[in-house]
Amino acid sequence: MSHFDVAEVRSRFPILQQEVNGQPLVYLDNAATTQKPESVIEAIANYYRHDNANVHRGAHALSDRATEVFEGAREKVAQFIGAPSKDQILWTRGTTESINVVAASWGEQNLTAGDRVLVSAMEHHANIVPWQMIAQKRGANVEPIPVDADGAIDMAAFESLLDERVKMVAVGHVSNALGSVNPVAHIIELAHKAGAKVLIDAAQSIAHWPVNMVELGCDFYAFSAHKMFGPTGMGVLYGKRELLEAMQPYQGGGEMIESVSFAGTTYNQLPYKFEAGTPNIAGAVGLAAAVDFVQGLDRSAADRHEAELLHRARAELAAIGGYPLVGKAESAVAVLSFVSDFAHPQDIGMILDQQGIAVRTGNHCAQPIMDQFGIPGTVRASFSLYNTHDDVDRLIAGLKKAKMFLA
Amino acid sequence: MTEFGVDVSAEDIVDTLSFFDDWEERYKYIIDLGKELPPLAESAKTEQNLVRGCQSQVWLDSQLREGKLYFVADSDAFIVKGLLAIVLAAYNGKSAAQVADYDIDAYFDELNLLSHLSSTRGNGLKAMVQRIQNEGRAAL
Ligand SMILES: Cc1ncc(COP(=O)(O)O)c(C=O)c1O
Repeated sequence: MSHFDVAEVRSRFPILQQEVNGQPLVYLDNAATTQKPESVIEAIANYYRHDNANVHRGAHALSDRATEVFEGAREKVAQFIGAPSKDQILWTRGTTESINVVAASWGEQNLTAGDRVLVSAMEHHANIVPWQMIAQKRGANVEPIPVDADGAIDMAAFESLLDERVKMVAVGHVSNALGSVNPVAHIIELAHKAGAKVLIDAAQSIAHWPVNMVELGCDFYAFSAHKMFGPTGMGVLYGKRELLEAMQPYQGGGEMIESVSFAGTTYNQLPYKFEAGTPNIAGAVGLAAAVDFVQGLDRSAADRHEAELLHRARAELAAIGGYPLVGKAESAVAVLSFVSDFAHPQDIGMILDQQGIAVRTGNHCAQPIMDQFGIPGTVRASFSLYNTHDDVDRLIAGLKKAKMFLA
Repeated sequence: MTEFGVDVSAEDIVDTLSFFDDWEERYKYIIDLGKELPPLAESAKTEQNLVRGCQSQVWLDSQLREGKLYFVADSDAFIVKGLLAIVLAAYNGKSAAQVADYDIDAYFDELNLLSHLSSTRGNGLKAMVQRIQNEGRAAL
């Protein structure tokens, strides 16, 4: 079993080498966004220094170069997630926009009155609200797939919800609020058997494990660059070719057309049909560098390292007492979500912040599951591969101090 | 009933906080201030009194008595409650004109430690101050 050299990986992240409130920063808000390695920062800076031009347009050397890196990034991402073709990789602003594209374009053509869209009860609002918007327009219904007290999807309940009116099942691979890992392969199999399409929200999983679109078999797959060490404002939507071909464009403008006249406009081919306007070229460059960073790691060693951190943090949190864990699904990754018996999550977050420890507090854009658990929100410490055992120690010490203060 | 901030003035708070040189003492003091806030009656924890834009729940109730405004506020988070006490100390028992004109930013600046707290979304301080100012203007 290979050893994961966390000190070496960590040294590649300049932002982590700073002090906050007089103490070395402990960054445990990775589920919100991960930090960026030097290589990603450099790739973006270099692009602007040397290659910047608009893509697919000018007949000049810089534009050719920009187009080459831009399309090279698409090729790289296609290979990263095992997509059959780079035409099935659409650039978006992030997971949220990716889901909105599917809900608006696919939903418009495929949902009719009485149809059902199933989402898990612990979805991020980004995987609930776009469905509600299109459902309302089309007279369809969005229904929750029950989640049990531990934060795991109730698969029996899911199976019994499936019928021929279910047209779409949209679930996260990993819950951002609880860290639960959902059995997406099984969900896809059952949904397909019932004739439904499946969208996987991979915002929280993409940084953790390798995936392969062909093996997974989902119809749509969405993620954000910024949660996998890449830049903000950049995301990916993968879709099955026949579905994307049949969908209407999401927005109109330049790049997405083949020809425009006042008599009528014809649309460009995939993936450009869905990419109106000048795209986030630097974002694509940064994402490509992030893919290189991830692929340069021993991913299973990194995964074991994160699992160790989570395991230890869970055990030591329990040992402090007064901090009940929220979400105890057997299969969980990188997220320690908890409340406290003696104070509001916000109090805990503020005391940790004073100690240079960054966590997130609140409902994590997953209000329905917080309501189900009857809590206003949680404190969420989320780990990435550059976190250390020392970070866990600092978190635990910080929580002991918060308890002293507030209990 | 006695409202908070009639006995403790904004100046007292600025003075006391300037004594402390570490965050732990400051936060202990803020939490203690919060504990001195008279509780808001459950019946006053209405939808209408709920201040939006807060991660924790914050309620604000007000009364106009003999030309002076009196506020009672509550929160389910300790530190936020302390921050509310700090804000109320600046406003309670003042006339509508005084409330409307009070330079809260200068007060926050003096308090120093509040500089980042007062600008953070989610602790509701901004929303609560806005609401107090609106009530001041409405009572003019
Ligand atoms: C599970 C999940 N889905 C969707 C999103 C939305 O991602 P973005 O804000 O990058 O569009 C997030 C990010 O918070 C998330 O955690």
